[in-house]
Amino acid sequence: MNMKFAAIVLLAGTTSLAACKSKAPEELPPGPGPVTTAPVQAPAGPAVGSQEHFVRAVNGQNVIFFDTDRFNIDSADAAALQTQAQYLSQYPNVSVTIEGHADERGTRDYNLALAERRANAAKNYLVSLGVAASRVSTVSYGEERPVATASTAEAWAQNRRAVTVVIN
Amino acid sequence: MRFSITISALLAFGLSGPALAQDEVTTVEPSGEPRPAAQTASGSDAIGRETVVGTLGGDDVGIAIPAFAADRDVSTPANASGTSALGVELARVITNNLRNNGLFKPTGPDSLPRPSFPHITDPQWSTWSSRGAEMLVHGYVRARDDGKLIVGCYLYDMALKDELARSGWVVPPADWRRAAHKCSDLVYARLTGESPFFDSRIAYIAETGPKDNRTKRLAIMDSDGANHRFITTGRATALTPRYSPDYRRLLYLSYVDGNPRIYIYDIGTGQQQLVTQSTNPTFAPRWSPDGKWILYSMAVNGNTDVYRVSAEGGPSVRLTTEPGIDVGGSYSPDGSQIVFESDRSGTQQIYVMNADGSNQRRISFFGGRAATPEWSPRGDQIAFTYIPGDFNIAVMSPNGRNFRKLSNGWQDEAPTWAPNGRIIQFFRTERNSGRTALYQVDLTGENMRRLETPVDASDPAWGPILP
Repeated sequence: MNMKFAAIVLLAGTTSLAACKSKAPEELPPGPGPVTTAPVQAPAGPAVGSQEHFVRAVNGQNVIFFDTDRFNIDSADAAALQTQAQYLSQYPNVSVTIEGHADERGTRDYNLALAERRANAAKNYLVSLGVAASRVSTVSYGEERPVATASTAEAWAQNRRAVTVVIN
Repeated sequence: MRFSITISALLAFGLSGPALAQDEVTTVEPSGEPRPAAQTASGSDAIGRETVVGTLGGDDVGIAIPAFAADRDVSTPANASGTSALGVELARVITNNLRNNGLFKPTGPDSLPRPSFPHITDPQWSTWSSRGAEMLVHGYVRARDDGKLIVGCYLYDMALKDELARSGWVVPPADWRRAAHKCSDLVYARLTGESPFFDSRIAYIAETGPKDNRTKRLAIMDSDGANHRFITTGRATALTPRYSPDYRRLLYLSYVDGNPRIYIYDIGTGQQQLVTQSTNPTFAPRWSPDGKWILYSMAVNGNTDVYRVSAEGGPSVRLTTEPGIDVGGSYSPDGSQIVFESDRSGTQQIYVMNADGSNQRRISFFGGRAATPEWSPRGDQIAFTYIPGDFNIAVMSPNGRNFRKLSNGWQDEAPTWAPNGRIIQFFRTERNSGRTALYQVDLTGENMRRLETPVDASDPAWGPILP
């Protein structure tokens, strides 16, 4: 457990360094739920290995959010990914795809590359927590699949995301 | 308009298979005889206009374009009403072409008397001078015994009462519009001194559906929007097409296997294949000017770089190695250099490198971001998306100087050049609704217009003059 925390602190340090070059801070993405360090309890209901089961078990933290033109894992993202890693540790037969997304305020090709970077950052974080890389694939959707359709800062914040999806 | 759409639909129906028949236009003397080899269509001594840049709307040249005459009205697959009606359609296409670029004030066949066949080579000057025309376009259409059409085109100067240019073309009936585009090009080139551009095609992405569930289909059309055709069904998202220089193939991105991958689509056979066998995402495909090479961008472990591969396949060569996002790429017309986009400095900026990847250097230094560079076919300009906040279309010299902003939309992006390097097409996204449309603007920035498409449209790619 100590080792894990050390790894997280180290990674968080690296990513914030990498982010130093970027612009003024944007609005923060919506905050995640409370961080749980206890093993995730499998709720009654949806079958193990289903998306619904996963989303319930991680308390809705299957989505992480990013600042404009950024792909670093902030503390809220780290907490969410840690919860995801715990689920994957508990259910070793489950594999996931991380879908990377960008907001509409970018050029198309760049957004494909940026969203791939985001999905890959989330994957690397899961792998650093002990999840086998072979269990985590990525796909970039660029700006093609927004969840919020307004052209506002709030909508763009919701769309700059990486979504973890269970595959069977 | 409704009429011409019906014609197109009929033609599309009558065509067997997806073949384009684009290489079947033969240039001939207006008489229908083969041309002497040395003769060229465009004159070198343009009158009064050395360049499109700086030309203002105030001195638009008035051009009368009455119906083309038919020697006799016979049936043709090109028009349900025969060659006489086709002559009206030809003049309408030319009028529409010349109307839309801010240089000319054309008057079309619907408000002009119809010249007789013998008068095509012997204009009735008084008829046209009384209508204020400075230039006069005459033409004829004749159906040959083999079914092909001969279209003759003549440009007259009303003040000189003399002929400025003439040409003729033999076209299959299905390609009758190409004869009208060739005639438009003859007039445009003779009066401006610029290279032609009307006889060309555009590939783009047709968009339908709500913003959070958009259907995106690969589609192609003539430079004026006619002969529109969907290539993909829309089941898989298609993005960023590029016509090969010979118009036989299209590069584009498809999610058909669930992941973003570049495919080469063969227009003649309808077959497609991956540009490169890789499990990594590939995107932003581009052709070299000679069609022998393909540039593409590939993300490996989240890091995107620009690669080059032969259009016939084989191993890829990695051209960029920076840890940032290096993406896109557009060759100089001679193929010796590539302009591309990178965020290695912290934000999207524009860089130039030699075609082998050496000597990479940044050229954009004007504040804000700069993206999607496209080298002009003339070599003298680079068009790009300028992002000081909103997204605009801008141009600069290949050395980064002479920055000029050409558009002022909320989100204008992805410029593509007309074959003559004098007009830039791009797409505009509407705030909130996400509706998209194609626009084009000349290098003065003053002549902006929307190109009508059947549905919303993005990611335009203008091909060269048809072979």
